[in-house]
Amino acid sequence: MMYRSLFPRDLFAELDRLQREMRESYELSPSIRGFARGGFPAMNVGGTASSVEIYAFAPGIDPTSIDAQMEKGVLTIAGERKPQLPGKDEKATVHIDERFAGRFRRVVSLPDDVDPNAVNAKYRDGVLHISIQRRQAAQPRRISID
Amino acid sequence: MTEKTATESARNEPTLMPPVDVIEDTAGITLYADLPGVPKDKLSLHVEADTLTIEGEVALDMPEGMESTHAEVSLPRYRRVFTLSKELDTDKVAAEFAHGVLKLRIPKAEHAQPRRIEVRVE
Repeated sequence: MMYRSLFPRDLFAELDRLQREMRESYELSPSIRGFARGGFPAMNVGGTASSVEIYAFAPGIDPTSIDAQMEKGVLTIAGERKPQLPGKDEKATVHIDERFAGRFRRVVSLPDDVDPNAVNAKYRDGVLHISIQRRQAAQPRRISID
Repeated sequence: MTEKTATESARNEPTLMPPVDVIEDTAGITLYADLPGVPKDKLSLHVEADTLTIEGEVALDMPEGMESTHAEVSLPRYRRVFTLSKELDTDKVAAEFAHGVLKLRIPKAEHAQPRRIEVRVE
């Protein structure tokens, strides 16, 4: 997929991104697949003691056409965003063309303790939110001392 | 339609710049902007004189105590400012917002629409 920054025209955001990437390259890499920045959809990942939360920023997509799969600890989100730009024969001029169009696919590796049978996915305001419960055994438990 | 410089729009706090498509046809301009995570009531559109401002606040449904481990959308606000040209009719701007995509249609004023010029041969 062609590299395309989500916010390409803001110089300050770009500088900030470069700085962040340099900083992160010194830190531990999260996984072998890394987290390629600049892909579509942009993703945020977080977690609580009982769940893993994934947010994919994929605006303007029919939620039923999104293909989300979980297999062997890897979550894959794939789909297509149709271009809205006019065809060549139409009498229209494209002044700015920054929005992503085409097929996309992103992969996130999940922690070992997630329960593949307890997944909840919602699409709201252009954000796909996938919440995966962690297995009970993995949750921190207070050990009582007599 | 031209864009204001980053320094002007970044006057206050840092914001995300939503990607846009801008298409012009004979009757007007259509703008699409990606604002994922912004609910309808947190979107604000302003036209003042010849300046169009698009702003939106991200509201994600986050469980209590969530710790972020990776964030590509790391700011809670989008903002982008455009300067409109005179021939656009700012009183007739139509906006649609669905699934995080804003569609703005700004028609050209009647007098600015193309007219065929009759050439008479005498």
